[in-house]
Amino acid sequence: MAEKKLMKGNEAFAQAAINAGCRFYFGYPITPQNEVPEYMSRELKKVGGSFIQAESELASINMAYGAAAAGGRVMISSSSPGIALMQEGFSAAAVTQAPMVAINVMRSGPGIGGIQPAQADYFQVTRGGGNGDYHIIVYAPKSIQEACEMIYKAFEVADEYRNPVMICADGMLGQMMEPVAIPDPIPAMTEEEIFEAKPWALTGHKNKRERNAIKSVFLQQEVLEDFNLNVLAPKYEKAMRELPEAELIDVEGAEVVFVAYGTTSRVVAEAMDLLADEGIKCGLIRLKTLWPFPEYAFDAIGESTKNVIAVELSMGQMIQDVKLAINGKLPVDLINKVGGVLLDPEEIAERTKKIMEVR
Amino acid sequence: MKRITAIAGHYGSGKTEFSVNLALDLKKEKNKVAILDMDIANPYFRSRERQKMMEAEGINVIFNTYGFDITEDLPAITAALRGPLENEEFTAVVDVGGNDSGARVLKQFEKYFRRDDCELLCVLNANRPETDTVEGMLEHLHSIEIETGLKFQGLINNTHLLRETTADDIVKGYKLCRQVSDKLGIPIVWNTCREDLLDDLKQLIADENIEDLENIYPIKLYMRPSWLDR
Repeated sequence: MAEKKLMKGNEAFAQAAINAGCRFYFGYPITPQNEVPEYMSRELKKVGGSFIQAESELASINMAYGAAAAGGRVMISSSSPGIALMQEGFSAAAVTQAPMVAINVMRSGPGIGGIQPAQADYFQVTRGGGNGDYHIIVYAPKSIQEACEMIYKAFEVADEYRNPVMICADGMLGQMMEPVAIPDPIPAMTEEEIFEAKPWALTGHKNKRERNAIKSVFLQQEVLEDFNLNVLAPKYEKAMRELPEAELIDVEGAEVVFVAYGTTSRVVAEAMDLLADEGIKCGLIRLKTLWPFPEYAFDAIGESTKNVIAVELSMGQMIQDVKLAINGKLPVDLINKVGGVLLDPEEIAERTKKIMEVR
Repeated sequence: MKRITAIAGHYGSGKTEFSVNLALDLKKEKNKVAILDMDIANPYFRSRERQKMMEAEGINVIFNTYGFDITEDLPAITAALRGPLENEEFTAVVDVGGNDSGARVLKQFEKYFRRDDCELLCVLNANRPETDTVEGMLEHLHSIEIETGLKFQGLINNTHLLRETTADDIVKGYKLCRQVSDKLGIPIVWNTCREDLLDDLKQLIADENIEDLENIYPIKLYMRPSWLDR
């Protein structure tokens, strides 16, 4: 791994993608992710890749769909309202099993909303967003370093599962600076290697196999039923078995267990220290995947725990999955901020104490 | 020091953190101090985010017309910025947006920045990938000079890795800045150093016998919330 450099999140995301073998990127500007297309426009050509500034978010995801269908390692990025515009494309990429990586640098909503950090896309990214029975695999990094490592993993998982994979970052993560060591570059696949490694890809049959076709239209209902039940469903079941990830911090013996993801989990970590100073034992379940949701992590909650508190920058979205995982065994409360306003550690500590009094 | 100090450089190099430190320190000596936040390139981590804190110290904080909204994403600044540039009673720190594109805004105020009571300084952080070599630094300075039509009159070595900074980083940055300084014939005006690293740096200077590393500027981190270091 290279020595540490001071990088802005968005720059590091782009460089990590290039190092992970990404050679196709289709960008469209939106704050707070603009440094990703800016960086790609400058750097991708240096490694023989292709950068295109698309005319819209919809165009950009459909260009990605095309490059992915041809077997390329492809990435797109946007921020919340832009991701909303791409949803038709995610649905199409899921049903055609086109692997791609998308970065969502979340900002506040609904609508055009604001440009400050938020986590109000939890529903959008975990509940489809587009039409039909599909899922996007979603990683939620808490630091720039972790984001870079997750981007590597995302490309591998996208290829293995032949499914779009999203890195769900928030505006803070995209815009802040951190020391980061980007993992070493891996070479992009040659056309011959793609032909071997991705036998489904539209590489041209070269008189060696049958023609490939990629399509998202199934006019015979039985054919689509068969596809959904026997291709998509087993794939998503495998993802639910193999991909969920969470970090557990001091959950055992905790009186209060927080659940959080992304930069919010770092604010929670500082709040936990403040509460510990007052003798309150706290634990944290930090989600590293949003879908599949790491339900297994909740098995670690023991008899000592009286409160589970979801902490998120939304009106209460992740909390629904937390409640499903807790399954009525404990009260689940919400500590949140919305509209691009951030939580601070003192406020989390105060609100936690209030919740404990009420309960 | 000149009456007006304009701070430009690579985005993420620490221009804003330095500008805020400089404005607060100047206020200890000067009566009228203003910080002119000319960053219209990026809506995050701008000096206006510390408006309340600086105003409490008596510093004029000037940015866009819609002054109440620190997160305004408009490439617009207020004509009030001209006040401290023209009023000679003021000492002013100009916090410029990152890179050549962020510095473009200086062009419309060119006449002020060409005067003798103003100097344009470039912040350099040798831990930023694009300015981690002498060539990279020179190219960066050149790109901003081309864009603004102005010449840099000095350098600020602001080499750091946030909380992971060591004295070695500062010395590494100094050595690169020294070469840039020699090539361009402009001084290293300051070498910044986080306050808690001052003793380490002085020790390293003595150990490595680099007494020409002088003009050390102690820095506090005002822009970064503590939880970001979790």
